[in-house]
Amino acid sequence: MSDAATGGGRNGVLLPFLWKLAKLVLQVALTFLGLLVVTFLIGRVVPVDPVLAVIGDRAPQSVYDRVYVELGLDRPIYEQFWIYLQKVLTGDFGQSFLTKRDIVDDIRRVFPATLELATVAILIGTLVGIPVGVLAAVRQGKFTDQVVRVLGLIGYSAPIFWLGLLGLLVFYARLQWVAGPGRIDISYEYAITPKTGLLLLDSAMQGQWDAFRNVFSHIILPASLLGYFSMAYISRMTRSFMLNELAQEYVITARVKGVPEWRIIWVHALRNAAVPLVTVVALSYASLLEGSVLTETVFAWPGLGQYLTNSLQNADMNAVLGGTLVIGVIFVGLNLLSDLLYNLLDPRVRRQT
Amino acid sequence: MTTTRREWLLTDRPASRRQARLGQSYRTWLTFRSNWLAMVGLGIVLALILIAIFADAIAPYNPVLGGDLRTERFLPPFTGNHYFGTDDLARDIFSRIIYGSRLTLMVVVLVAVIATPIGLLVGTTSGYFGGWVDTILMRVTDIFLAFPRLILALAFVAALGPGIENAIIAIAITSWPPYARLARAETLTIRDTDYINAARLQGASHTRILWGHITPLCLSSVIIRVTLDMAGIILTAAGLGFLGLGAQPPQPEWGAMIAAGRRFLIDQWWVATMPGIAIFVVSLGFNLLGDGLRDVLDPKARK
Repeated sequence: MSDAATGGGRNGVLLPFLWKLAKLVLQVALTFLGLLVVTFLIGRVVPVDPVLAVIGDRAPQSVYDRVYVELGLDRPIYEQFWIYLQKVLTGDFGQSFLTKRDIVDDIRRVFPATLELATVAILIGTLVGIPVGVLAAVRQGKFTDQVVRVLGLIGYSAPIFWLGLLGLLVFYARLQWVAGPGRIDISYEYAITPKTGLLLLDSAMQGQWDAFRNVFSHIILPASLLGYFSMAYISRMTRSFMLNELAQEYVITARVKGVPEWRIIWVHALRNAAVPLVTVVALSYASLLEGSVLTETVFAWPGLGQYLTNSLQNADMNAVLGGTLVIGVIFVGLNLLSDLLYNLLDPRVRRQT
Repeated sequence: MTTTRREWLLTDRPASRRQARLGQSYRTWLTFRSNWLAMVGLGIVLALILIAIFADAIAPYNPVLGGDLRTERFLPPFTGNHYFGTDDLARDIFSRIIYGSRLTLMVVVLVAVIATPIGLLVGTTSGYFGGWVDTILMRVTDIFLAFPRLILALAFVAALGPGIENAIIAIAITSWPPYARLARAETLTIRDTDYINAARLQGASHTRILWGHITPLCLSSVIIRVTLDMAGIILTAAGLGFLGLGAQPPQPEWGAMIAAGRRFLIDQWWVATMPGIAIFVVSLGFNLLGDGLRDVLDPKARK
């Protein structure tokens, strides 16, 4: 607070900015707290007895009572929440009943796989989606626009797990263009020493080009599939932002001045459309986490999504709630990031603060 | 002088309130009808409803009981009366898809019936009263929006136990926040208008203003949003079914059917493919219908 005060004395812009930042931080903190309340409450309504999950159903009553107290189940609910809060904030989500390891370790182990898949997917989605959206805006109402619209509609309507299965059937089983489920063939699995956990990066850094090719052949199908879904969204938004920009007066001015049309589209207009697009890309990156649950199941991809579904099917509630919370936190984080980027990039928003 | 029904509807001097209202609906319908993609969507949705109602008459076989396990398993499409082939338990896939339309329709309708009033209630209350009521309600809404929908639905189903009823509840719980946001935004633009003030001056209660004057005005935009969301609801329900958390076997739910056919994908591709086509066509229909409705009913978004 004293920081803000001195900052305000020196520079009239800083104080409102810090005030806004403080409000944002408070808002995010409240959202995190809300996430915790939701996962905590979900954990309470589960029909699975948490004590039995720990000790099994053959243990004597005395053991049951002891574990009951150890788990804090005899205390009032707000006290239980307080304990839960402290544990989660120190990174303790409890133990997985399935893998017998700390859930934080489990998540740390599976997360790079999801991150790698989502990153390749968003690269595909952005690199294809933006040009396609621009094209659709330029040819508004023409054939190209219709094709883009239909492609987008298919992306909005097809179940991702079904397209994944069809993809495996066609490109893996029939045409044999790509490798099958999983991240890497077993024969290459120990050729790479894991450093970052991102296999493409690891194999490239170690010069293992055979392994790199293998990893690439595994990732390309699920990543294109996820990328297609984010492309559907990104191209639709690009189209509407570009239509908005192309109707502005500076575009007319540029035309009158004789600026070539490609320059008006790809440099002048796209640059202005890029600001809201950053938000769109960040949001689709976040929603890839959601798509990954089903995609990872179909492609046997050992990531967070598969971990979550495995835990679900085995009623491993600690792991489910831990995974849900982590995904929620990443989601909120990416939303926040896109907000901040928007503030940073758009001079109009910046001036208002 | 005789006038045709069309002229009566399109007259610019309606003689009664009813005529004016009917004329207005007719004009809306004419705009809607000129959008052929929206008409295709409407056709698909109507077909879904009819198929669900007359499933008994359309389906040639029983959806749950299979045929002869020795001779009728994995028949490819168009063998005999099995238009889409048969699955591993010798059940007719076409009949299962026909009956599955009931489950799909049930999910969509129930989610809409549960989530829309919640969203409207939260949104209009929040926007109308403002102040700390608004802050608290919107904070709660934001928390629900902070989870990806499928993930939150997964967590709820995990807690409630698998089954189609719980899947519906879970999807409804995760669906209302966008409607609340929308209803709140609409309410904010309405609440200080003259006619609301007039109603207030006449002594109308808050409840009466909220339900009698504000909610009806929020309805059209919320309904468009719900229609647009229906494809997403179908996909989420199918996803839950695919993961084994929605409808349980032997119910002919399309997502669960894909999951069951997954094991035979390489050799008996039709078992997993056919239900997927059904999901795709129905959610495409809802998407087209929603787009068309938005163009007609929401002139602000038309541009």
